[in-house]
Amino acid sequence: MIIGEQKPIQEIISSLGDREGIRILVVGCDSCMTVSLAGGKEEVRDLVHDLSAHSRREKLGWSIKGLTLKRQCEKKFTKEIAADVRNSDAVVSLGCGVGAQSMSETFPERRIIPGINTSNMGAPEKKGVFKEKCMGCGKCTIDTTAGICTLARCAKGLQNGPCGGSVNGKCELYPETDCAWYQVYTILEGRGELPEIPEPVPPKDWSRSHSGGVRTVKSKE
Amino acid sequence: MEGTSVLKEKLSRGEFIVTAEIAPPKSASAEDFIARAEKMKGFADAYNVTDNQTAMVRLSSLAGSVMCLRMGMEPIMQIVCRDRNRIAMQSDVLGAHALGIRNILCLSGDHQSFGNQPDAKNVFDVDSTQQIMIFRKMTDEGRLWGGDEIKNPPRLCIGAATNPFGTPPRMHMLRTMNKLAAGSEFFQTQAVFDLDRFDEWMEDARRLNIHKKAGIIVGIIPLKTVRAAKFMIDNVPGTCVPDSVIERLSSAADPAAEGLRIAAETIEHVSSQKGVAGVHIMPINWYDSVGRLIEMTGLRPSL
Repeated sequence: MIIGEQKPIQEIISSLGDREGIRILVVGCDSCMTVSLAGGKEEVRDLVHDLSAHSRREKLGWSIKGLTLKRQCEKKFTKEIAADVRNSDAVVSLGCGVGAQSMSETFPERRIIPGINTSNMGAPEKKGVFKEKCMGCGKCTIDTTAGICTLARCAKGLQNGPCGGSVNGKCELYPETDCAWYQVYTILEGRGELPEIPEPVPPKDWSRSHSGGVRTVKSKE
Repeated sequence: MEGTSVLKEKLSRGEFIVTAEIAPPKSASAEDFIARAEKMKGFADAYNVTDNQTAMVRLSSLAGSVMCLRMGMEPIMQIVCRDRNRIAMQSDVLGAHALGIRNILCLSGDHQSFGNQPDAKNVFDVDSTQQIMIFRKMTDEGRLWGGDEIKNPPRLCIGAATNPFGTPPRMHMLRTMNKLAAGSEFFQTQAVFDLDRFDEWMEDARRLNIHKKAGIIVGIIPLKTVRAAKFMIDNVPGTCVPDSVIERLSSAADPAAEGLRIAAETIEHVSSQKGVAGVHIMPINWYDSVGRLIEMTGLRPSL
């Protein structure tokens, strides 16, 4: 899933500006941003509440409405709220970067204000903690690294083993982050599959990643 | 194309090697680099020129290496994977070789978050093992990684780094074996302060015959103050400075002299170990220490 976090409210307020009496629509997403605890029903309700409080404090006279879409990334769902968008002066998207763009594409006459900083493709680790797992390189080889993507989960994306800064299983950047290569090592050790000499992995073909240009994926018929 | 790597010749003859590290300055003046290099001239067989180490922008390792050559000092040009993709790396190596550089040290590179441009985007198109593979192909097959023939291929001596104090040791040793399999001809190690742990690592390295396939050049850092030691522990990931070293420095009347004595003892200890090909002195802004250590240990580069 996509992991994101809500922008600080001050940033959203500053994007909205101080126009008086405007109608604001906050659009959340029932999909990834709900799981991310960043843009689901509850977060939409909270943002509407906080923006209303700001409006009252500053005597801006804003009217604010919130709703969520099943999946903001799909235009078949964004189209459903055409009337709400038409009846608003400003739209804040609490979808991920994909959702916000889908809103922009559906409503090109509207400036869609992103309320989410989209971070990565990852998974919930424990309540409220999400970890990056995949970088979308376009050519998955995790079967060769014990099911761990070291491109996404090593700070340097190393493909042949840990850097010298991996100490006691932790990354040199953040002591709370596991070294991806240490995880690979312990899993292979547990399986009894540690090689005598780890075969050098040649330079990767990045042509199917973003380096190869903007990607269009077509499903088979 | 004149000249081969003097470092390579000495390694193949089994001569004890002394290398020393020059950190280029944050300066656009050759004089500032030369001033540092001059303090070490004549004390080592080859001089590593670091590539924006700790992710701090400095004069480039290619330019520094060329200045070394002009001063009659054999450079080991360091190249990190953080800042260059395979196109830039190969191009730099062709250019470096054309200018007389024969030794390359392949490194992942410190993460940019440790440096003075923490907002930078890193590259990591390849890692240090893949860097070795690319330079080997250029040297051994006369081809670029993509397959094109090189009109006049480079003849490089290619090395890598290894950390004897990484934990768990086996994981880090596997990484070293991986770099060796990729074709690293020499290894320069992280600085050694803990002799017991180094001996254990060296025994392992001998058991794996690493020393027979690649020259193991052992890292030495002379510590000038207790603060320098503590800084190493806190800021250089994977460094191991035992309490005994801290105690000696803190109780010494002249910590700098004591630091030199510790470094000299370390050099004497590691050079007596079977399979050690040489020492690599990293003076970290204390450039005079290189000559003093050479004097104290009686080491002379085999000029």
